[in-house]
Amino acid sequence: MSNQNRIYKGGRIDRDLAINFKFNGKEYIGYQGDTLASALLANDVHLIGRSFKYHRPRGILTSGSEEPNALVQLGLGARTEPNMRATEIEIYEGLEASSQNCWPSVNFDIGSINNFLSRVFPAGFYYKTFMWPPSLWLFYEHFIRKAAGLGVAPTVKNPDRYEQKFHYCDILVVGGGASGLMSALAAGRSGCDVLLIDEKPEPGGYLRNTSAKIDNLNSNDWTNEILKELESYDNVTILNRTAVMGYYDYNYLTALQKVTNHLPYLSDKMPRERYWRIRAKKVILAQGAFERPLVFSGNDRPGIMLASAARTYLNQFGVLPGKSVILFTNNDHAYGTAIDFANKGAKVTIVDNREDIPSELSDRCNKVKIKIYPSHSIINTHGYQKIKKVEIQKVDQDNNELTGSLREIECDLVLMSGGWNPSVQLFSQSRGKLEYHSKLNSFIPKDLIKNQKVVGCNNGNFNLLEVLKNSYQAGLDFATELGKSANKSLEIETAFEDLEFTEAKVEPYMIGKKKVTHGSKHFVDFQHDVTAADIFLAQREGYISVEHTKRYTTTGMGTDQGKTSNVNALALMSHIHNKPVDNIGHTTFRPPYSPQTIGAIAGRNVDHLFDPERKTAIHQWHVDNGAEFEDVGQWKRPHYFPQKNENIHDAVNRECRAVRNSLGILDASTLGKIDLQGPDVAKFLNLIYTNAWSKLEVGSCRYGLMCNEHGMVFDDGVTTRISENRYHMTTTTGGAARVMSWLEEFLQTEWLDMEVFCTSVTEQWTVLSISGPNSREFLSSLADVDISKEAFPFMKMKEGKVCGIDARIFRISFTGELSFEINVPSRYGLFVWNEFMKHGKKYDITPYGTESMHVLRAEKGFIIVGQDTDGSVTPKDINMDWIVSKKKEDFLGKRSFSRSDTRRIDRKQLVGLLVNDKKTVLPEGSYVVDEAKPRPPMDMIGHVSSSYYSPTCDHPIALSLIKNGLNRMGDVVKIPLMSGKVIDATITDSIFYDKEGARNNE
Amino acid sequence: MFVIKCPYCGERDQTEFSCHGEAHIARPENPETLTDEEWGEYLFIRSNKKGIHYERWTHDHGCRRWFNVMRDTVSDEILATYKMGEEKPKS
Repeated sequence: MSNQNRIYKGGRIDRDLAINFKFNGKEYIGYQGDTLASALLANDVHLIGRSFKYHRPRGILTSGSEEPNALVQLGLGARTEPNMRATEIEIYEGLEASSQNCWPSVNFDIGSINNFLSRVFPAGFYYKTFMWPPSLWLFYEHFIRKAAGLGVAPTVKNPDRYEQKFHYCDILVVGGGASGLMSALAAGRSGCDVLLIDEKPEPGGYLRNTSAKIDNLNSNDWTNEILKELESYDNVTILNRTAVMGYYDYNYLTALQKVTNHLPYLSDKMPRERYWRIRAKKVILAQGAFERPLVFSGNDRPGIMLASAARTYLNQFGVLPGKSVILFTNNDHAYGTAIDFANKGAKVTIVDNREDIPSELSDRCNKVKIKIYPSHSIINTHGYQKIKKVEIQKVDQDNNELTGSLREIECDLVLMSGGWNPSVQLFSQSRGKLEYHSKLNSFIPKDLIKNQKVVGCNNGNFNLLEVLKNSYQAGLDFATELGKSANKSLEIETAFEDLEFTEAKVEPYMIGKKKVTHGSKHFVDFQHDVTAADIFLAQREGYISVEHTKRYTTTGMGTDQGKTSNVNALALMSHIHNKPVDNIGHTTFRPPYSPQTIGAIAGRNVDHLFDPERKTAIHQWHVDNGAEFEDVGQWKRPHYFPQKNENIHDAVNRECRAVRNSLGILDASTLGKIDLQGPDVAKFLNLIYTNAWSKLEVGSCRYGLMCNEHGMVFDDGVTTRISENRYHMTTTTGGAARVMSWLEEFLQTEWLDMEVFCTSVTEQWTVLSISGPNSREFLSSLADVDISKEAFPFMKMKEGKVCGIDARIFRISFTGELSFEINVPSRYGLFVWNEFMKHGKKYDITPYGTESMHVLRAEKGFIIVGQDTDGSVTPKDINMDWIVSKKKEDFLGKRSFSRSDTRRIDRKQLVGLLVNDKKTVLPEGSYVVDEAKPRPPMDMIGHVSSSYYSPTCDHPIALSLIKNGLNRMGDVVKIPLMSGKVIDATITDSIFYDKEGARNNE
Repeated sequence: MFVIKCPYCGERDQTEFSCHGEAHIARPENPETLTDEEWGEYLFIRSNKKGIHYERWTHDHGCRRWFNVMRDTVSDEILATYKMGEEKPKS
């Protein structure tokens, strides 16, 4: 039998449009307009999944985004999505969904053994059991991850497209229910640029499922009229299926729009989801309220749902989820649901824990043959996969004890209503302060932030007429503030809500046969299986702060973020500590408001668009010639150029030998380059670098170290005086932007009178570094300037033509070999490179990558800032005191060199390390110790910062920062490896090759 | 996320800017004459105000200029922005 719970007319579904879908492999039929939850209920499917911890059977609690229980795995393959709320999924032809967190099936789930072992799975169970000893955590984690958790993530890449949109508007209205519609209407009529956002497929909210009447129209028809008017305004945009996720400073909000999720097909032209980033001049929050569950023993069985949700299924979807219905409540408003159910033919019994039921209510119930049990509570429930029976008993209000005789009532549906909680999550995210409302027994907004209003139930007002009028006024007020006004006032005269919500208690209903404080199953947080007993336990164990209780018990930490559970948990704490809820406080609400896909947040910024890639002018040549690349910042740099069967070691050894024996070429274009101009550059450089710059002649280069004010090295490079008032500074590849900002900082904030102008020219120049004993002979045939040894000494720069192109030639070296750095405008870079490769054949010109560059410089003991330094290293620590001027009165960092800490003689210092076995290449980052012990902790005296096999020396070399290292030459130290092996190494000088520097001066 | 009024470019999104901590801490003229304590004061000691705070910002993805911001650290309201070298507004 299909759709056995469907009533034959009414609701917002289209009974002519049947839709086939599958749940747990079984085929069902629903109708256009159904959610997965409503279609399953129509087919009398109540058991949707299993709970997180105890694997208890769970059904549908709500009808919206606050759903904690009915989470399903939606879709298959690459598009599968876990933890989707059945209450939000709109069904489409061919939809497939399945229960999660159960094995082998939802009907028979092995994990449910946890339910019977619940006494050994109390709150904080994981912390208590699995966190010690720490070494075993990896072992436990594997099993916990498998046993816990909800749905499964897709294992292949999601093929869908996600878009992002920036949006600016006058007034953003969050929520399209009664209040939101009114605010949007007023703002829209005033000509404001309005964005109205609603979670559901169509706005209307509560007005879609109640029996309210507004000016003699039923609320549904009235809503359609308002919508029609709103849609007629060009200045009003309505977003359905969109949830505001985050509310940040200055009215910046993010929202997730589900664009095609509800369709059976995916269009190439449409994204799956669109992520909105909204900046609104004014924000009106009109999110309504969530109904509060009651906390009683066994309140989690399938077939127990919130009264308002049941009313929605009945009135909006034409589904009567049960025929023998019990309503358990503490407030008048829920009676409306009972009466609606009775009118549709259900047998309804009301269990009301209040003593005095208004006579108007009992009279109306009598008319539709609803039996009421005042002063009663449900104290237990029965039915494993679906509710079958409840036990009720009279409660003595004074001492909260059971009196009278126990009564059992058979049923197939239990509705509960504990009152309503305004949806204050977004308001709270925006830093709005909350206050506890003593009649509603819930938190409502208190202090608004700037340019924000909260209206309707969201603000704790449940009177329909007042809500409509106040919300309209809120829209008008904001329009006026923006200099606009409406030409129409609100014409509503009457709005009649059948039964208004005015007050409800959150006293402890958690009375039961079993003592609630220990091991009973009064669920507070359904998704995380947190019981009242868990809350009691947390208090007993000292986790009495609300934030501690939350984390210890995990209440409110599920994908629903405790929308249905938080207030009940707080009320329980209030009861336990005998303090008002105000004094208990509440936890912090954080974005996102409900779960959202990472895909939407990433948008188009995926794959190669995730982070910009920077490529030099020579890049394509590197690709064509088989370079292996490495990322240096955002730059793609050739790491090495393997030939035929070479691995990285073969290639690097070959490249290094080529440089040492003949001619190598490096694409050094990524080097940071800053053009400095102005009369005060020399003065400026004197303050920026540690050495002296006043006497640098035009055409000369100088190496410099930059320190921060703490005296720590933070960049290095060569700066050249191009002309009287023009200098060319180079920086490390990774430090270019940092150095540029550093220079600007001092020019703009400290030395405002200095005339120095900085321009980044990194990408304007291609830098070809040629290095090797044949480099001069090679270059002399291509350059039109005299580059002989006499005419062009080390650390000089000449301008001239190279291969016919205007170039700057720098006689500097980072390999220790005779080297030239040829800078040409980037547009000629590839041309010159190709010319070099052509003419260099004679010398077997060999392109080399960053790995060889590192080896070659390490052989010479040249540092790499950021590798051999780490922000805690002074020039003296790296044995470069020679570059620190003793004469200059001031430069950045100078004063810090004489601080007691930087003066210490036992600081870590840069030295060479040679392994005694002559073959082990130490892993970079290895710890250096004097005394190796079988296991940590050991006293660390330093670490290995650079380590390579040196083809030139034919043995491994390493640089290391070691305590007092410069005074320990020849000492043997130990390097314990991860494998447990301990390597002996000898402290040496940090220059391993050509100590005199003869080769460079060839 | 703030909206910040760059004194050179006008109102822009916070993503275009970065903050560089407390403003109006001048680099000492003659660092060498300072005691360790005085130098340490300049390097490390910041007021960490609750309430009105003056701080330095740069418009990185814009004009790249440094400027000062007067911000209430409780509400995060930006009360004023002004150019380097200009006197700080009264709180």
